[in-house]
Amino acid sequence: MSDPTSVDLTASAASAESAADQASAAPLDPTLVGTTATRAERGSIRVPWRFIGGRVLFYLFTAWAAITINFFLPRLMKGDAVDTYMARSQGQLPPEAEKALRALFGLDKSVPLWQQYLDYWGNLLHGDLGLSISTGLAPVGDAIASALPWTLGLVGVATVISFIIGTVLGAVIGWKRGGGLDSLVPITTFLGTVPYFWLGLIFIAVFASVLGWFPAGHAYEVGVEPGWNPDFISQVVSHAALPVITIVLVSLGGWVLGMRNMMLTVLDEDYVTVAQAKGMPNRRVLWRYAARNAVLPQIQSFALALGFIVGGTIVMEMVFSYPGIGLLLLSATNAKDFALMQGIFLVLVLAVLVANILADIAYAILDPRTRQSEA
Amino acid sequence: MTAPTQNLIAQQAALPGPQVQRKTFWGQLKASMAMFSNPKSAAGLIILGIFTLVAILAPWISPDDPTAQHLDQTLQPPSFQHLLGTTHIGEDVFSQLVYGTRGVLVVGFLATIMATVTAVLVGVTAGYLRGWKSESLSALSNVFLVIPGLPLMIIIASQFADPPLWIIAAVLGLTGWAWGARVLRAQTMSLRNRDFIQAARANGEPLHRIILVEMLPNLMAIIASSFVGTMTAAVLGLTTLAFIGVIPVSNLNWGTILFWAQQNNAFPDYWWWYVPAGLCIAFVGVALALINFGIDEYVNPRLRSAGERARAMKKKGLDVNAAVTAVRQAPASDRENPDAADENPPKEAAR
Repeated sequence: MSDPTSVDLTASAASAESAADQASAAPLDPTLVGTTATRAERGSIRVPWRFIGGRVLFYLFTAWAAITINFFLPRLMKGDAVDTYMARSQGQLPPEAEKALRALFGLDKSVPLWQQYLDYWGNLLHGDLGLSISTGLAPVGDAIASALPWTLGLVGVATVISFIIGTVLGAVIGWKRGGGLDSLVPITTFLGTVPYFWLGLIFIAVFASVLGWFPAGHAYEVGVEPGWNPDFISQVVSHAALPVITIVLVSLGGWVLGMRNMMLTVLDEDYVTVAQAKGMPNRRVLWRYAARNAVLPQIQSFALALGFIVGGTIVMEMVFSYPGIGLLLLSATNAKDFALMQGIFLVLVLAVLVANILADIAYAILDPRTRQSEA
Repeated sequence: MTAPTQNLIAQQAALPGPQVQRKTFWGQLKASMAMFSNPKSAAGLIILGIFTLVAILAPWISPDDPTAQHLDQTLQPPSFQHLLGTTHIGEDVFSQLVYGTRGVLVVGFLATIMATVTAVLVGVTAGYLRGWKSESLSALSNVFLVIPGLPLMIIIASQFADPPLWIIAAVLGLTGWAWGARVLRAQTMSLRNRDFIQAARANGEPLHRIILVEMLPNLMAIIASSFVGTMTAAVLGLTTLAFIGVIPVSNLNWGTILFWAQQNNAFPDYWWWYVPAGLCIAFVGVALALINFGIDEYVNPRLRSAGERARAMKKKGLDVNAAVTAVRQAPASDRENPDAADENPPKEAAR
């Protein structure tokens, strides 16, 4: 860092405006400019193009890989959707129908594979996910669109609640290390090893069947008209309560343990000691100094946990007869409705990717180092 | 320095000391087993060992054939004849549980071994290589990391009419190797540039020796931890797949028991049918978590020492989070109290 001005120029070369900013700033005392603190303060908003570019490339690649896996999965198997459909119709369809159906599903064996792949992409880009045989040849997109909001709501609410409670709890347990709170870790870990569906079934048995506190399943009572009215909303909340509580309890352990372990490491850092030595209130040291740094790996592990939580939620929906993607996937599996299964898988992967992008943005906001890594 | 001492030194130098023994793969492997020698890991291994024994000795432990039907004794609560009661067609739940252990552990271990071998191959290779090869292997594992595992498992498993055991294990392994590969790659990359690896390379050690003898012991903790994590996921994945009925019910495991229990409305009345199987899954999970705790504390001793230190300070009447320690006014009455001694170095020396 012998010549801080030139370093600054390369760092912000991406934007012409900040380059002009640098030129006007050049006559400043180099000793002042040289520290990171001055640089971070002076630059307006540094856009970390390289970081963003790398992530975008990764997400595009993952999306492509998932879509390609999705394309090849049914083609690697012996039977396909058309065979199943013909078998289901039990001779009521003329044999010529098979050819027409094959063309319809994009499974015509006379068409070369690369042509099928291109057609698949073409359909996908038009939002055409194919036809679902189990729902009477309705478009897969429609079936998913009606189920997706329920799953997104359930997973979203449960994940956010679990993340917040777990992280805060982990931070406090780490801060009060050696205290009675330490005994919470084995409890949350035990809950985390219990299968989602089993705890859900037990909860239904106890809280819905025996105690009658919550409804046992479905998203709302039969006969209630969906709409933005208080009656319907309270129905949805009371029906979602038990699944959400179950998911939160099972997924809590990972967040608590991760945050606590990270806190123990961070609390040994010199900047925490310095902050305390300065006489800073404990509350501020805990949340603004220690927890803020300890939460970073938590956000990174969010990406990992999400796939797992989505999997768990899918099973929860089956247990609670919740009308989301999971229940749809189960019925598609039972009916060997491959188009619907593929569509659901694709939507789930894309949803997880979007959640990862959000986690990336949160990470970049919380950790300035990712934004400045270019310099 | 007198002559006899010099002689002695010369003699000692001439003797082939045991400490210059050449490092071998097995020796290094044995040394790295130290990570299991703490109470938590040991407890976890013992629980897992008990389950393994039950799985091996299933025919001798179980009092009955797990699928034998006793139609005169349906839905019996636990008794001496049927330790955990019977199902809707009079099958002995305890026998099912014992045989189910077999199904869970065989598939669990098989899947985990496949996943771990893949993780080590991909991770260490990606860490040792440079450039686009390393990057593309890393991208591959990142893709598998993001793709939700359970839906993929359901879709693949459902394509088979009657999937054999190894297919189920392979599917579980396929969705479980990526995390280990990613961590192993990072660790290998960091090890690659350490001095002792550079020294081994400069000494002309062959590549397989550098990787097996120099590097692998330093990766063992990560490999073990990813093995344990993958096994947890595999057991949960297997029982979930069995519970939702994707795996044929002929493959008896704890998930299958829960599948039948739910299909026949065992909830909430017939608790003996569904509670034990779920608890068994949780116990295996706890055992694996305990092993992982032990490894974590071995790798990062702060995790253990932080709590011990805080408790020790509390015993002395100090708060671990207090920035300022009050100076005691009457050190004479607190002589055995070490924090008073801290303020007063001569006393510390006297003790």
